Amino acid sequence: MPSAVSSQSLTSRAALLPTLIFTALFGAFLVYGAGFAHSNVLHNAAHDSRHALGFPCH
Amino acid sequence: MLTRIFGVALGAGCAAGLALALLQAMFTTPLILQAEVFETASHAQPLVQHAVAGEDEARLWLAHSGAAHDEDGGHGFLDSIFGDWAPEDGLERTAYTALSSVLVGFGYALMLLSVMLLGAKKLDASSGLLWGIGGFAAVSLAPALGLPPELPGSAAADLLARQTWWLGTAAATGLGLWLIASRENAGLKVSGLLLLIAPHLIGAPHPHEYASRVPAELQGHFVAASLVLSAVFWALLGSLTGWLWQRGEGR
Repeated sequence: MPSAVSSQSLTSRAALLPTLIFTALFGAFLVYGAGFAHSNVLHNAAHDSRHALGFPCH
Repeated sequence: MLTRIFGVALGAGCAAGLALALLQAMFTTPLILQAEVFETASHAQPLVQHAVAGEDEARLWLAHSGAAHDEDGGHGFLDSIFGDWAPEDGLERTAYTALSSVLVGFGYALMLLSVMLLGAKKLDASSGLLWGIGGFAAVSLAPALGLPPELPGSAAADLLARQTWWLGTAAATGLGLWLIASRENAGLKVSGLLLLIAPHLIGAPHPHEYASRVPAELQGHFVAASLVLSAVFWALLGSLTGWLWQRGEGR
């Protein structure tokens, strides 16, 4: 049966949602910058990592 | 809470990213450098390149030449400041590879921890490892089925098309795995399975012709090495994220 603990954790999860959306988007922004951005400078700096991690490159 | 999430993600991301950088220096970067020798050689023969470029959207890549990337989105704000800067081969290039690995690690750790906090029943090293394996499946295994990791010098379809397919596949696989693993409802599990399969039915964008001068043996070795590196990186990232989070639980 769902106990008080689990319903409480559900509530706190809902309250956490804006924070978690922000942290996930911030993480996505970092990965985008290192792995996807078309800028020459970012591409050249992260070149070997992009290839090694299988990001589409060039 | 925000500080704790950032702290745990930074710790796990740095450790996994540095391990990834070390593995890259040992296993994949030597293959990339070898491939660049062939890449430069093929660029010296423009006839081949033009024949390919004329046939379809396929293009030959030329890393570290600067000029080859002008068409890829033009010069943005950063490029107007730094121009065609690229790190010097050797220590500088290794340092930037390490930096970008750590940034990718930090970024993926933030995303992984966010979804774990949202969906995980418990958070520790072993559950983190499972979520990390899920991350590996979503952003390495599934995209590699359509777009295998490539060495410089290969012909490939339009970059934006490949990036779009890659992102779509990673998102669909992540969501599909989550539906299968966490939902009781059979219908949701089946939709999860469909999400796993759909990107591969749609198919990844491919060039119609193969124009790489890089030996296939080198390419094969690189694909295997890349997937192994990714697997180690995600296993470390997931378990460290879970472990660091659990360590902070009692405080």
